[in-house]
Amino acid sequence: MSERTVPDLLTRPSAGRAASMPLMGREGEPTVFELSSPGRKAWSFRETGLPEWAPEDLVPAEHLAGAPPALPEMSERDLVAHMSRLSSRNYSVDHGAYPLGSCTMKYNPKLCDAVAAMPALAHCHPAQPDDQIQGWLALLADLERILCEVTGTAAATLQPAAGAQGELTGLLLMRAWHESRGRTPTKVLIPDSAHGTNPASAAMAGYEAVEVPSDGRGLVDLDALRRLVSDDVAGLMLTNPNTVGLFEVDIEPIAAALHAADGLLYYDGANLNAILGAVRPGDMGFDIVHLNLHKTFATPHGGGGPGAGPVAVSERLAPFLPGPLPRPVPGEEGRYRWEMPERSIGRIHGWHGNALVLARAYAYILFHGGEGLAEIARTAVLNARYLKERLRGTYDFPYDGPCMHEFVASSAGIKRKSGAKALDLAKRLIEEGFHPPTMYFPLIVDEALMVEPTETESPQTVEALAQALLAVAAEAEADGGAAARAAPRTTPVGRVDEAAAARQLRLTWSG
Amino acid sequence: MGSFVPHTTSEIEAMLGFLGLDSLDDLFAHIPEAVRLAGGLAIDPGRSEADVLDRLGALAGRNRPAGPSSGTGQLVCFAGGGAYEHDIPTAVRALAGRSEFVTSYTPYQPELAQGVLQALFEYQTMLCRITGMDVANASLYDGASAAVEGLNLAAAATGRKLVWVSAGVRPAIRAVIRTLCGPRLEIREAPLRDGRTVWPDDLDQPAALLLAHPNHLGVLEDVAGAGELAHAAGALLVAGADPVAAGVLRPVGELGADVAVGEGQPLGTPLAFGGPYVGLFAVKQAPYVRRWLPGRLVGEGQDSEGRKAYVLTLSTREQHIRRAGASSNVCTNQTLIAVTTAIHLAWLGPQGLRELALRCARGARYTRDALLRIRGVEPAATAPTLYEFAVRTPRPAGEVLEKLAEAGFLGGLELTREYPELGEALLVTVTETRTRADIDAYVTAFEKAVA
Repeated sequence: MSERTVPDLLTRPSAGRAASMPLMGREGEPTVFELSSPGRKAWSFRETGLPEWAPEDLVPAEHLAGAPPALPEMSERDLVAHMSRLSSRNYSVDHGAYPLGSCTMKYNPKLCDAVAAMPALAHCHPAQPDDQIQGWLALLADLERILCEVTGTAAATLQPAAGAQGELTGLLLMRAWHESRGRTPTKVLIPDSAHGTNPASAAMAGYEAVEVPSDGRGLVDLDALRRLVSDDVAGLMLTNPNTVGLFEVDIEPIAAALHAADGLLYYDGANLNAILGAVRPGDMGFDIVHLNLHKTFATPHGGGGPGAGPVAVSERLAPFLPGPLPRPVPGEEGRYRWEMPERSIGRIHGWHGNALVLARAYAYILFHGGEGLAEIARTAVLNARYLKERLRGTYDFPYDGPCMHEFVASSAGIKRKSGAKALDLAKRLIEEGFHPPTMYFPLIVDEALMVEPTETESPQTVEALAQALLAVAAEAEADGGAAARAAPRTTPVGRVDEAAAARQLRLTWSG
Repeated sequence: MGSFVPHTTSEIEAMLGFLGLDSLDDLFAHIPEAVRLAGGLAIDPGRSEADVLDRLGALAGRNRPAGPSSGTGQLVCFAGGGAYEHDIPTAVRALAGRSEFVTSYTPYQPELAQGVLQALFEYQTMLCRITGMDVANASLYDGASAAVEGLNLAAAATGRKLVWVSAGVRPAIRAVIRTLCGPRLEIREAPLRDGRTVWPDDLDQPAALLLAHPNHLGVLEDVAGAGELAHAAGALLVAGADPVAAGVLRPVGELGADVAVGEGQPLGTPLAFGGPYVGLFAVKQAPYVRRWLPGRLVGEGQDSEGRKAYVLTLSTREQHIRRAGASSNVCTNQTLIAVTTAIHLAWLGPQGLRELALRCARGARYTRDALLRIRGVEPAATAPTLYEFAVRTPRPAGEVLEKLAEAGFLGGLELTREYPELGEALLVTVTETRTRADIDAYVTAFEKAVA
């Protein structure tokens, strides 16, 4: 690092460092099946006063199972103990910093948990008639309005259950729009730095994914893009800031190139946190935008879902949105009803999307307000920029433009000197009390570590993370990577052999 | 206004000073002015936590949720059709709410995620046991996405593009299939006769047959018969299975299904206005599994010292490795809801799951018998049902539901629009939450509503 000195203010103890997490030991936890004892039970049911017909009276013989499925038989106490112990074998945002690049692992407010638990939201049946769900319809309509304001778009569907489903929805909208104009282009352009879901979603929508190279800056190679754009291109999927954490400063000529050839611009909202209230996708020329509410709007990730991936579009694409959509009843102030857009591509979700996730995001937005959202983006960028500068000189930055809310460091230099790979450094970081950054993504950076501190980590936590990342690198250079390769030694299990697990598949417990 | 940003003014100044910047605005200085938002977002100013709760409470108060008859404005629920009111054990609720599960990410770092990985491994095992299958994934978004992925898997495994979908599959799921599979697959529908699917004589080289068991009219299907037809035609049978019905019904895996798909909401998840739910997905062991199984998968392996350890596995199928060649674009799934389902299944155990299914079936039998004694109310299908059934009403079904709502009941789902051949018809659902007193009151209100 440079000679610049770290202000004392930032080196006080950090609340986001979780090295003090207690562990009872390193023995494995038995499975529920091993804890089962025949005849033991936890269940009880209400008294109904109904006739106690026998199974044979209720189910025709050809359908009736001889015995119920072989589920575990446990006392409630043992089940609670088992699942509680499993939960304590799990790191989470509530424990400490989780600087996982591209995932926006910010604090998940307890306020939003309380909203999702409100009985008058949680106990509505999704098929109830409009007059019984006016609260839900008003909530969803207002959330749609706000998401459109945030993204600079005209209308949105809240149905997609996750980002990948949002991508697929957006691509089907792209397809429907082209078809409405009598066109059937077959290709979608995707930068080589893009997340794997982009090309996978394109394939699911029936498109051929064509890779656009990045230039020396880590941005879309504008000349290459212009060469690839043709009548046969339906559109471009772009993340901005992109997956290297850089803002695509050529976004205006990029959009112009696509639009001139009747192509559409698709915005992958994975990195929206960086530009909330500062830049809007619609104003950059994007026609279709998916958002990850579980990133930008702090709904918890649940160990890998549920998320929510609404898709917002410009005016010209609105008639094609999935439906039904909550819309005001003409002439009846404050009342809403479900409506199907006139040329809708159809349903995406079995009901209305992950409604309780949507309610959490709505509460998060009400809490922050417009200025609060802008403060989120500014602070997320400040944290990332600071952290990146603290690592300069030890880690390399192959694409060294001003980073937004995250940056991609390369540990290739450390590997050359010590033999320690990005994976080893990441595992060693665990022992220092931090969840590792995203590793080996994007694919265009060698030994990539993608770091996203988020705005809810304090300056002291960001500084402590910087010191830990510097320390593990220095240690690797001193000991030839020995400690890093042996890590982690403080977790319930040591380094897991993923390759062996894939060869010797054991996908269920069989005793 | 509220904020979760911890930075004090002096800390921001210290960080900017370190960076050699004058203001936070300088962080965005490289972004072209033309795309910068001038004037900020037109969104109301933020507010306190208490104010947000008041505002949401007021909005929620405009709903009439399902709930016990004692609650103000609440409706006693006889509606199902893919979303079910069941009692959720307090222990399940408490465990599923543990923030270590709630606020973690997809378990890419297995050493930090043994808890959620093991819980998913237990979920996969339990799902295999209730469906009679060999391999289950770690969940999909919902029942609809599970059906879509089931058809995609069949198309990939057989190299064919035609799929037959039973009209007994819930209409909204069929709509999702049309949207998401439409661009790549040819979808044909097999009609119902007396509530059961009639498959055509000439199946015409299909990739899959898809049915639901029980189906959307509550009717038990001939799964084994469909399996024979599918296999004779070189296709896979994708069967919608119900985790509650699994307490008494023979598992679809025993009846010839190659893929079991379903909705896990009934076990541990509230009605939630339709989500988040969880897509159940399990298959028989087959050569195509390694290449084409969609979604996340947890395997048991070992750590460097030979201790048992769990890990995401077969990631070579997935989008982040295979990109455009992936078996599915699924990335995030519904881990938390899958874990909830697993906890609820373990709370029930074999006898509890059987008891749950029987209690639903008993309530439904009692309700159906009573409704069919009302003049003009007729069965919409005579084939056997379990805990949901369809009845024809002598007055428009929508009108009957309105009158039932006035009397405090969510009386069922209207079937008329989606199944015009049934005439005016309702789908009625009874779960273990309904007592004899609830049902008697409902039947009385129903009789008045159709009079």
